[in-house]
Amino acid sequence: MSSPRKSESRAGLLFASPWFLGFLVFLAYPLLASIYYSFCDYSVLKAPVWVGLSNYRELWRDDVFWITLKNTGVYALFALPLGVVVSLALALMLNAKVRGLAFYRTAIYIPSLVPLVSLAVLWLWMFNGEYGLVNVGLKHLGLGSPPWLSDPAWSKPALVVMSLWGLGNAVVIYLAGLQDVPQEMLEAAELDGARSWDKTRHVTLPMISPVILFNVIMGIIGTLQIFTVPYVMFPGGVPARSTYFYAMYLFDNAFRFHKMGYACAMGWIMFLIIFVLTMVSLRASEKSVHYGGS
Amino acid sequence: MIATPMELGSLKLALMAAVVAGSAIYSEFLTTPAPEKGAVHVTYWEKWTEFEGDAMRAVVDEFNREHPNIHVDLLTISNIQDKTLMAVAGGVPPDVAGLFGPDVAQYADDNAVLILDDYCKKAGIKPDDYIRPFWDMSFYRGHVYALPSAPASTALHYNKTLMQESGLDPNKPPKTIEELDSMSDRITKFGPNHSLLRAGFMPAEPGWWNWAWGYNFGGRLWDGKDKITALSPENIRAFTWIQHFAKIYGSQALQTFRSGFGNFSSPQNAFLDGKVAMEQQGVWMYNFISKYAPGLKWGAVPFPYPADRPDLKDMTYADEDILVIPRGAKHPNEAFEFIKFVESQKGMELLCMGQRKNSPLKKVSPEFYAKHPNPFIRLFTDLPKGKNTVEPPKLGIWPEYQDALNNAFDEVNLLKSTPAEALKEVQDRMQPELDEYLLRLRARGVIK
Repeated sequence: MSSPRKSESRAGLLFASPWFLGFLVFLAYPLLASIYYSFCDYSVLKAPVWVGLSNYRELWRDDVFWITLKNTGVYALFALPLGVVVSLALALMLNAKVRGLAFYRTAIYIPSLVPLVSLAVLWLWMFNGEYGLVNVGLKHLGLGSPPWLSDPAWSKPALVVMSLWGLGNAVVIYLAGLQDVPQEMLEAAELDGARSWDKTRHVTLPMISPVILFNVIMGIIGTLQIFTVPYVMFPGGVPARSTYFYAMYLFDNAFRFHKMGYACAMGWIMFLIIFVLTMVSLRASEKSVHYGGS
Repeated sequence: MIATPMELGSLKLALMAAVVAGSAIYSEFLTTPAPEKGAVHVTYWEKWTEFEGDAMRAVVDEFNREHPNIHVDLLTISNIQDKTLMAVAGGVPPDVAGLFGPDVAQYADDNAVLILDDYCKKAGIKPDDYIRPFWDMSFYRGHVYALPSAPASTALHYNKTLMQESGLDPNKPPKTIEELDSMSDRITKFGPNHSLLRAGFMPAEPGWWNWAWGYNFGGRLWDGKDKITALSPENIRAFTWIQHFAKIYGSQALQTFRSGFGNFSSPQNAFLDGKVAMEQQGVWMYNFISKYAPGLKWGAVPFPYPADRPDLKDMTYADEDILVIPRGAKHPNEAFEFIKFVESQKGMELLCMGQRKNSPLKKVSPEFYAKHPNPFIRLFTDLPKGKNTVEPPKLGIWPEYQDALNNAFDEVNLLKSTPAEALKEVQDRMQPELDEYLLRLRARGVIK
């Protein structure tokens, strides 16, 4: 490498060094350390003691681990498809050329700016069985008033409904994708006699399929790591552990029960689950996702 | 000599790096408070905000006024247990941390807090200065690991208006559990389709002591050594009593009714709102009554006991906030000087009056009682002096055990399990946990 190029790359590395340092100290080291700790009895305050696979074996026998895994899976199973469908539908509507579009787009996006803790407190009131807006509305429609917060049968549906509140980010990503759908293809389809739904189904959706895949993968990661909202709304996963999610149990093990090694093992199991699901999504989408360059 | 573009680039780079580094140092300088001349700064993390936080701030201000050589910097911290844990692990703990009484065992077992035996001896602080449970909660495995700040005890709070409306004498609150049940039946009101409109009593409200009901029937949660005793006949009896409310009210009706309750600290609080007529509550309840329902006619009496167990009369749940010196604190001597001030009658009464709680000290000035706004302050002070005071078990696995008991309570209250099934689940889960915990402590040499 010539001297100016060497010097340039040195300068480049120097400029990038804050990020490299941050990456090494705050990401790479904790990641590697957590693999090691997952094989240790480690309370944070005492030196870690190597226990081999003991944490993983114990997790296998831990009923609460399986309950939280199941709760998280059930939540993801409903919240993820619902989120994808609703956000896509909203994006398609917001892509139409109607009056007041800027207002609608802003109105859909703004809720996703609300901090999660504030959101949880707000929805505690929204779901209040007697005074809550949700039940007041349902009562007017003659649909009764479900005990959203105190009945295990309703607590997870409450969180699934709530998850729709923060769809603004996904909608914006879909909208960006929709702007890139070539107008000439839509016009060509129209000339061939395609109706509105046909155009959406055969042109728009295939063209934005990489964006859909991206949102699905981000959704898998997000829903499987649900934490803040149930942590505030349902402390301890009440009622009867129906809202005790994986990340909550992991947090409790790490910081309340002082079982950091156990929590690290949980973290790596969740990583593997997310990794496998992401790989499966990518593999499953090979035939249905159309990339511009391919 | 003319510099080449390359050299100029390097110079710019070096200059920019210097500016960034300089800014960092300067900002650190700007944000670090200048120490007072000769004063040692003691960092104190406390969890309370609002009037409880103001009360502690008043104590800190008084201490700072009286001690020109020490300055306590009070910092309000949320999730104080997690953050203290991390700070100790990171070697940058505060000098004093305001934790909760039940944290003592866990933090002591992990060697996260200093033993205060010598400090107490030197300062003349003795167990006899305190009402027994409040000293006892700070004392663990033969050592003092903490000292109490504001304590609390509980009693049955009852709504006199609802009693009167139901044809009961508001001046004759229940003495036994059986009387409580029968009065509850009289006060409870159902609407159409067996919907619950008002409950006389429900063990799930406010839900903070779901783990403790066994004690009211003579049960214990462990034997003090190595046995979990969740599945005892007394605990089963308590959980059967809990479940009988769910059966009377109807599980579905009960959940629908509870879903209409507002936050504890709001006018929609079930007790303040007149939805629940009788409730186990702490000394702090007065504050919320005066704030959100000043017109409420209420009373407080010792929680009822089973008629066949008069020995369980005057039972109360005791709890307290504690002050600890975390391991690695930079100024432990000065930190204890502050704790000593809090433990003095003057400091403690200033704090407990501000937080409107009872004092953990045996010696209380007549002015404290005279000026205390809670009309039942003597009851809350006297109850923990009795033999039937419940303290959370001093177990390192207590947070996990408490979660398991809370879940058992929910299972029973939702009619999903029988009391014996729910408690067996707790027993089967927690006994191996305790065995393993003790094994680890033995391996580390913490116990023999």
